[in-house]
Amino acid sequence: MSRRDVFQKAGFGLLWLCMAANIVFLGAILWFIAVRGLPAISWEFLTAAPRDAMTAGGIAPAILGTLYLTLGAVLVALPLGVACAVYLTEYSPKGWAVNAIRVSVNNLAGVPSVVFGLFGLAVFVKGAGFGVSILSGSLTLAMLTLPLIISASQEALVAVPQSVREASLALGASRWETIRKVVLPAALPGILTGVILSVGRAAGETAPILFTAAAFYLKGYPDSVFSEVMALPYHIYALMTEGTHPEAQTRIAYGSSLVLLALVLAMSMLAIYIRQRQRRTYHA
Amino acid sequence: MLSTAIENPEARPPSGPVTVNAGSTAEGETTGFEPKMSARGVNFYYGPKRALKDISLDLPPRMVTAIIGPSGCGKSTFIRLLNRMNDLVPDARLEGEILLDGFDINRPACDAADLRKRVGMVFQKPNPFPKTIFENVAYGPEVNGLRDRLALEERVENSLRRAALWDEVKDRLRESALGLSGGQQQRLCIARCLAVEPEVLLFDEPCASLDPISTAKIEELILDLRRQYTIAIVTHNMQQAARVSDRTAFFLMGEIIEVGPTGRIFKAPRDRRTEDYITGRFG
Ligand SMILES: Nc1ncnc2c1ncn2[C@@H]1O[C@H](COP(=O)(O)OP(=O)(O)O)[C@@H](O)[C@H]1O
Ligand SMILES: [Mg+2]
Repeated sequence: MSRRDVFQKAGFGLLWLCMAANIVFLGAILWFIAVRGLPAISWEFLTAAPRDAMTAGGIAPAILGTLYLTLGAVLVALPLGVACAVYLTEYSPKGWAVNAIRVSVNNLAGVPSVVFGLFGLAVFVKGAGFGVSILSGSLTLAMLTLPLIISASQEALVAVPQSVREASLALGASRWETIRKVVLPAALPGILTGVILSVGRAAGETAPILFTAAAFYLKGYPDSVFSEVMALPYHIYALMTEGTHPEAQTRIAYGSSLVLLALVLAMSMLAIYIRQRQRRTYHA
Repeated sequence: MLSTAIENPEARPPSGPVTVNAGSTAEGETTGFEPKMSARGVNFYYGPKRALKDISLDLPPRMVTAIIGPSGCGKSTFIRLLNRMNDLVPDARLEGEILLDGFDINRPACDAADLRKRVGMVFQKPNPFPKTIFENVAYGPEVNGLRDRLALEERVENSLRRAALWDEVKDRLRESALGLSGGQQQRLCIARCLAVEPEVLLFDEPCASLDPISTAKIEELILDLRRQYTIAIVTHNMQQAARVSDRTAFFLMGEIIEVGPTGRIFKAPRDRRTEDYITGRFG
């Protein structure tokens, strides 16, 4: 074996190890949560509201709340983020202003989530007067996920070959038609990757909804976007830090964690499914 | 409102249509026709770099004009000026006039998108959209306002037939265009172009990335189309120019060295450099 072969073998071995480590960590987390969470899961757990000071009953309001907040965040962040990415990649003249926007988008991604929470409290809850509500929470989560969607969309847009844009323009299409009918559809799978990442992020965050949307305990279900909601991450936090029946609450907390994981995975699967279908039509 | 000016010769630009000596070319050989398109004293700059020097060239109607010359001599630059694709290049500058039916295509009243509907382009590398075969061909007519489903289907079929692709794809119109072979993709691009019903067709080395059989099919197609359209084709391949074109222009370092009937250019080139190029002594 030559030196190059040795290096190549060692390189592939290292890559394999990294991948294996990843899978082991992921597997360990799933296993840990599943073993502790599964006993708590039942039909009632998934469909009923909490009872007896959250030591019994289900977590349905929290599941629903998380769904609302996540969907709300994606509904706001997706059009905004894609529009921003389109502007940055397709329209904006190159120059310091655009670079400044790019840099701030990237920095936005590094802002701690609790800061987003405070921002949401000041701007949406107080400033806009939306109160502690689904709306305020969704908007705050949207701010948080915006950088993810923008950078994924930008990457996807840049990856669309220039030759395809030229083909469209050469047929008499305007730049806007070219973007809307050719570039965006071709970039859609990549954009959906951004959505997948955002969904996971938005569903799992506690800090941004702490002051803006989440309620510790609610009897009923939310009836409008101005209602407070229960949400899974905050519910888990509350169960583990407050209350008087630690054992019963811990059991429910693990059950809730399992549900949250399943929810995030399910949403990701849905996005992956859409992306695959898109790929099948667009690519051979 | 502005955009209709080009369709409508009555809507005269401030200077009026430019009168051109019927069919005269740079070196005074006549083609006997009012040119469909012509370049008059064109200089083109990429930033400070001058890529075209005082180019004057006519495209006679319903004829194929071949543009030959070594790499980097400005063939693509020139042909892309004819449908204003170079508008997209930042810091580029054009001097001189390019006329379509006697009207300057760069006058303010002329909309680039409207111009490109009349002057279609097929690129060097096949560039189908990542869409189905049907959607690829239907795209141009749709963008230009054809909504009726039946009319659209008819347009797609006719265009594919004219591009000699219909029989190969009629059963897979709903499949991705990216699944076609390179040669089929290029014919699809031609069909997509024909579907807009242009008057002028520009080909920029359409066979550069194709195998000989696909190349032969494209050449056959150009011969088929040449009496209905005004065609300009850039090619590296001397035999191709000889086979498909009526007239040939030889470019060298941004200048036209010689232009004339293809047979004459190849049999009796007047300029030493043309002779050197076509006999393969350089380039
Ligand atoms: N977008 C561009 N920016 C700057 N220079 C360019 C650009 N496109 C082409 N050129 C230059 O202009 C000259 C002519 O190029 P081109 O028209 O592509 O030649 P050809 O098609 O004959 O090979 C070359 O020197 C090339 O480097
Ligand atoms: Mg070229």
